[in-house]
Amino acid sequence: MSVDQKTVKRVARLARLKVNEEDVPRLAGELNAILGFIEQLNEVNVDNVEPLTSVVTMKMKMRKDEVTDGHYPQKITANAPAQDDSFFMVPKVVE
Amino acid sequence: MTDLTSLTIAAAREGLKKKQFSALDLTDAYLAAMEKARVLNAYIVETPEKAREMAKASDARLAAGQGGALEGIPLGIKDLFATEGVHTQACSHVLDGFKPPYESTVSANLWRDGAVMLGKLNMDEFAMGSSNETSYYGNVINPWKRNGSNAALVPGGSSGGSAAAVAAHICAAATATDTGGSIRQPAAFTGTVGIKPTYGRCSRWGIVAFASSLDQAGPIARDVRDTAIMLKSMASVDPKDTTSVDLPVPDYEAAIGRPIKGLRVGIPKEYRVDGMPAEIDALWQKGADWLKAQGAEIVDISLPHTKYALPAYYIVAPAEASSNLARYDGVRYGLRVPGDDIVDMYEKSRAAGFGREVQRRILIGTYVLSAGYYDAYYVRAQKVRTLIKRDFDEAWNKVDVVLTPATPSPAFAPGEITDPVQMYLNDIFTVTVNMAGLPGIAVPAGLSSDGLPLGLQLIGKPFGEETLFQTAAAIEQAAGGYRAKKWW
Repeated sequence: MSVDQKTVKRVARLARLKVNEEDVPRLAGELNAILGFIEQLNEVNVDNVEPLTSVVTMKMKMRKDEVTDGHYPQKITANAPAQDDSFFMVPKVVE
Repeated sequence: MTDLTSLTIAAAREGLKKKQFSALDLTDAYLAAMEKARVLNAYIVETPEKAREMAKASDARLAAGQGGALEGIPLGIKDLFATEGVHTQACSHVLDGFKPPYESTVSANLWRDGAVMLGKLNMDEFAMGSSNETSYYGNVINPWKRNGSNAALVPGGSSGGSAAAVAAHICAAATATDTGGSIRQPAAFTGTVGIKPTYGRCSRWGIVAFASSLDQAGPIARDVRDTAIMLKSMASVDPKDTTSVDLPVPDYEAAIGRPIKGLRVGIPKEYRVDGMPAEIDALWQKGADWLKAQGAEIVDISLPHTKYALPAYYIVAPAEASSNLARYDGVRYGLRVPGDDIVDMYEKSRAAGFGREVQRRILIGTYVLSAGYYDAYYVRAQKVRTLIKRDFDEAWNKVDVVLTPATPSPAFAPGEITDPVQMYLNDIFTVTVNMAGLPGIAVPAGLSSDGLPLGLQLIGKPFGEETLFQTAAAIEQAAGGYRAKKWW
């Protein structure tokens, strides 16, 4: 499988990355080189092999479903590029 | 008076206990050395005031006959670890100005044990790189140079700042992280010791996430003993990370000096890769000979899926990264570039904030997870991962530890490797360990023909860190230590 320039633009859109038109051919080339490298996995017989979900066998830890943290919105919004009264500020989304 | 920065953690611990010098003396010695070593660009932020304040508190505790396992020991912290109120940006432009209101569990464990923070260390952006060339804050210079050459070399990556700072003696030891080799490869390039513990040994809480099923924190230090002392403090069971494993943390230091007589050491034939320099092969043989001379049994083994580890990694890691890095959108923290609407703002902020390598990995990750490709790429890679783990599970029936080279070459020059796939090949010997969740340690074992450090890697069973320290100490004893000649 190889990616064309249209695919690069589609994937960039999915990833929310602005890509300049002049960079698209370079990116397509780089992605194809990496995909070409990955391609060798097709040699491996993976019939009846389960995908790895955890490297260490362990039981998922459970805890009580209760509030253990919070009540400091100022701390949470302190790093925001734009904030007002403990709210994150973004460009207008709904007309 | 001896140069305090020349002391290992173990030696500094003794000196502090015997009141030969104070924690403040020790910290001041490091702060002065850091200032002189700025050309290495290992630290991106120095925190001298905080360091002196912490050192004074250590002195007060020591005077009262108290003090933890790392009391008064000055450390550098990789920029991937959240440090409360202090610059934490994973060396990315996208996290501009971010100062976390919380502390990572690993660094909190170090402060609990009395350690002193000297500053934040340079690294590849979001830990994506093998040469520290992807950092927004510029390259780190390896304290080592080729014989008779003045040319700068890379320290490896992604924990390049950590490795360079330890090698240059501008911290007693450093925290680091390893997703595909980011502790072991830079340790090998700088003549230092680095261990990536078993997945789940150290809490990932408060460490900027790259690939969550592969990321593990670990230390880089000057010798095996210091690495063991560091890991003992860093490791913990943490309710804030459900993948941290409920096992008591052993006294790793106690494993050093245990005889290795009868230890079964596996030599995997698949690690003898095409084009491997003869000196790497010779070093590997020398390592096996050293262990054999100390009573270990050398066993030839096979790990047949080794060659698929790296391609599988370049599906799994970017896939997880593309998901983890979705959070950098210019809303909650970091860089924001204004746009025509909110999506335009996201896209512009991310394009301006992420460097080339990070964008490449986000694109690959997004592609392999996108509709129609998920089974062909991601699921297949995770199946291959099962096979890689199975190879090791079978090996453990025959051997206690596996010996391999740490890297396929010594340190190279900045700009020497420009092809991404060529760069990825740096991790060819280390990445299998992350894919299988196992512990691995890199220990210096010799010098290349042009005078650069070379390392060997030991791979252990899950939670077999004690065996790694025991065996690495045996190699260290035979090989001796290596110190970069000071030119800065």
